[in-house]
Amino acid sequence: MTPSNNRSLLVIVRHSPYGSSLARTSLEVALSSATFEQAVALLFMGDGVLHLLPDQDSSGIEARNIAKLIASFPLYELDNLYVDEAALSQYGLALSDLPQNLQAVDDEAMHELLCQHDHCLGF
Amino acid sequence: MIYSLLVLSSPCSGQGSGTALRFAESVINRGHQIHRVFFLDEGTLAGAVSMVSPQDESDSVQLWADFGTQHTVELILCVSSALRRGLLDSSEATRYEKTAATIHPVFEISGLGQLVDAALVSDRMITFGG
Repeated sequence: MTPSNNRSLLVIVRHSPYGSSLARTSLEVALSSATFEQAVALLFMGDGVLHLLPDQDSSGIEARNIAKLIASFPLYELDNLYVDEAALSQYGLALSDLPQNLQAVDDEAMHELLCQHDHCLGF
Repeated sequence: MIYSLLVLSSPCSGQGSGTALRFAESVINRGHQIHRVFFLDEGTLAGAVSMVSPQDESDSVQLWADFGTQHTVELILCVSSALRRGLLDSSEATRYEKTAATIHPVFEISGLGQLVDAALVSDRMITFGG
């Protein structure tokens, strides 16, 4: 590791939580960055907002529960979580339905978010 | 400028992996530097040495391997993505008691820390696939 020059990372999650291995992989990238004490934020867009639903029960499909993984984020000081406002309303969700401490972003705020970070990794 | 690439898509499906390789060659031809190519999720199949391409198609594993050798670019396969897809180097094959290594020797297996490190030292991180 080269810890000298910190560059901020935005991980963009666009896939639904259990449809592909990529969904979990994107969260692991964010967790890994946080473990190495890098500045990292997550943006949930499109189908990716489904990651944030409370009361997920994945036991029927023998998959690990993604809601539990997300619930562990504060332990890694992974606190910068953003969610696409338009995608939330598309799924009939409100910020108050979701357990995490999230910031909803509209198109303009999302544009700013993308500009603020040194690297954006889109999953 | 220093670039690193993140490859998420399989060489067997769609254009992501091939586009990443062509992009990487263009970056170097334009006088820039590729620090590392990190293969994650389905992207790790780029290193599968036992893959056999149809005769009228290019051998994507060899193309990546040639690129890595010619330009001394690190080609890293994410360890957790690789293992679950049966992609092992000789030490992982021994560790898990499998009969043979299954990745091209130009590729290396390593952890997500290598992706984090690439983000630190590169001016640009470009993602392919996803």
